Amino acid sequence: MATTVQTGTAVHQAEQYGNSKVAETLYRLLLYGAVVLGGIVFAIPFYWMLRTSVMPTTQVYLFPPEWWPERFEWHHFKTPFAVFPFAKFFLNSTFIAAGSAIGAALSSSVVGFSFARLRFPLRDVMFVVVLATMILPEHVRLVPTYLLFVELDWIGTYRPLIIPNWFAPAFYVFLMRQFFMTIPRELDDSAMIDGCNPIGLFWRIHLPLSLPALGVVLIFMVTAQWNDFLYPLIYIQGVPNYTVALGLRLFEGHMTNNMQALMAASILGVLPTIILFFFAQRYFVQGIVVSGVKG
Amino acid sequence: MASITESQAQRGLFSWLRRDGKPLRPSTREAWYGYLLASPWIIGFIVFTVGPMLASLIIGLYRTDFLTETTFVGLRWYQNTLSDSLVRKALINTAIFSFTVVPINTVLALLIAVMLNQGIRLQSFWRTVYYLPSVVSGVAVSLLWKWLYQPDIGLLNSILGPLLRPFDIDPPRWIFSTEWALPSLIIMAFWGAGGAMLIYLAGLRGIPTSLYEAAEIDGATSFRRFFAVTLPLLTPTIFFNVVLNIIGSWQVFTQAMVMTRGGPNNATLTMVLHIYNTGFQNFYFGYASAQAWFLFIIVLGFVVLALRSASSWVHYERV
Repeated sequence: MATTVQTGTAVHQAEQYGNSKVAETLYRLLLYGAVVLGGIVFAIPFYWMLRTSVMPTTQVYLFPPEWWPERFEWHHFKTPFAVFPFAKFFLNSTFIAAGSAIGAALSSSVVGFSFARLRFPLRDVMFVVVLATMILPEHVRLVPTYLLFVELDWIGTYRPLIIPNWFAPAFYVFLMRQFFMTIPRELDDSAMIDGCNPIGLFWRIHLPLSLPALGVVLIFMVTAQWNDFLYPLIYIQGVPNYTVALGLRLFEGHMTNNMQALMAASILGVLPTIILFFFAQRYFVQGIVVSGVKG
Repeated sequence: MASITESQAQRGLFSWLRRDGKPLRPSTREAWYGYLLASPWIIGFIVFTVGPMLASLIIGLYRTDFLTETTFVGLRWYQNTLSDSLVRKALINTAIFSFTVVPINTVLALLIAVMLNQGIRLQSFWRTVYYLPSVVSGVAVSLLWKWLYQPDIGLLNSILGPLLRPFDIDPPRWIFSTEWALPSLIIMAFWGAGGAMLIYLAGLRGIPTSLYEAAEIDGATSFRRFFAVTLPLLTPTIFFNVVLNIIGSWQVFTQAMVMTRGGPNNATLTMVLHIYNTGFQNFYFGYASAQAWFLFIIVLGFVVLALRSASSWVHYERV
C-alpha cells in the first residue's frame, strides 16, 4: 500500500470500512476490477481496428465475428498506397500541421508576452476579449471567411488552413500568457538594467524559458490540424492535394468491400498522433494542467 | 516594467514618436511596444473574427452563391431559419446530442479520474489507456466506429446479440436505423471522455492532503469527504470543462458527415452539417450565414446561462 500516500484518498476510503484488512482488500479489488474493465472497454475499439486490418478476407466477414486472425496478412497496409497517393496525403497533412503550428506558437508567444508583461491602455479589456473568443462557436465565421479567401484567390491552396493560425489563436495566447506570468519578474529587471528593450527581453529571456509551453502549443496545434476535417473539406481541391483525413474518406468510398485495407489506412492515419502523444506525453499533460486547472 | 530608464527611451524603435525633442516617457514607450507585440492578435481578431462575424450578418441578407447571383432578400433567410422544418430537425438533434453528451461525459470523466486517483498501480498506464481515444479523433475514428456499429458483422452486435437472444430481442441496427442513429453518435462520444478525465485528474492532484486530514479529524466519512472537500474544490475545473464541452458538442460535424451523412431520414442531421450542406453543397451562402448566426445565438445563450449559474455552484476560494 506504499502507493496510496499520493493523496491520502485511498487510505480514507479504506478506513470507512472500519480499518479492517478484509474490507480494504475488497475495496481495492472492486476498484481494480472497475479500472481494468473500463480500460478494456476503452481499448477494445483499437484492438478491433488492429485485428481487422490483418485478417484474411474469408475470415473478416464471418458471423459471428472471430476475435483472433487465423493468420496475419500484413499486405493490407500496402493497399492504400497502391490505390491513392497516400504518401502524398501524409506529406500534405504534415505540411499544413507544421506550418500552422510554427506560426501559432510564434504569434501566440509574442502576444502572450505582451499581455503578461507590458502595460498599455486597454490591455485588460483586450485580454477579456481573448477569453471571450475562446468560447466563440467558430462556425459563425465559416461563410464570411470563405468569401474572404475567395476574394483573395486562396481557394485550392493551403493558405486558408494555415495562415489564420499565424494570428495568435486565442486559446494559445491564453496558454502562453499564463505561462509567462509564472516567470519571475526579477529576470525582467536585470535584463532591463542591461539595456534590453521589450523585444530583446522577450527574445533573450522569455522565449528560451518558454520552450515547454511552446511545445504544448505545437503539439496541440499539430494534433488539431491533423484531425481536422471540415476546413480541408471546404478549401482543398484535387485528390493529390488531399490531407490524410480527406484521403481516408475518399478511400472509404472505393473500399466498401475491403474492410482490412480501410482499417489499415485508418491505423496509418492515426499513427502519427499516437506516436506524437507517446513522445510528448509530458507536454500533453502539462498543457491540460495549464489550460484546464488554472482556467 | 517601470524600470525602463529615461536614457533608453531616447533611442530605439519608437523614438520617431518624440515630440518637441522631448524623450518619450517610459510608460508611453512601453505601451507602444505592447501594441506592437499584441498586433498579431489584434489584426487577427479584426480580420478573422469581428470582420467575418459582421460580414456574416450582412451576407445573411442576400441570396448569393458568391459567383453568379447576389440578390438582396432582406430578412427572409432569418425568418426561414425559424420556420424551416429541416433547421428545426437539426436543432433538436444537436440539442439532444449536447444535453446527453455533456452531463454524462462530465460524470464519466470525473468517475474515471477519481478511480485513477486512488493510488492504483500503473496509474500512468491506465491514464494513457483512457486518454488515447481523445488523441485520435476525426475521420479515422468515425470509420472505425462505423465498422463497430455494423448491424450484422460488427463487434457491438456480436456481443449484444447473444446477450439479447434469450429475451427474443434483436440488437439495434445502430447507425442504419432512425431511432438508434443519434444514440450511436452519443455513445461514440463517451469514448472521448478521457480528455476531460485528464483535466480532472490534474485538478484532483491540486487538492491539498491537509484538507482531507482535517475532514478526517472532524469524523467525515469518505462519502462526505468526496462531496464536502473534493467536489467543491474541483468545481472551477468542472465549470471550465462543461463550458468547453457545451460549445464543442453544439459543433458536432465529422461523425455525422462521415458515418451517416446526416441520415437515415435526417436522424443525425446536426446544425453544423446542415450549415455545411446549405452553404457548401447547395450554395445558399446567405441562408447558411443566417443559420450560423442562429446557432451562434443559441450556443451563446447556453454559455451565458452556464456563466450565470456559476456563482451558485462554483467555488473560487483557493486554499
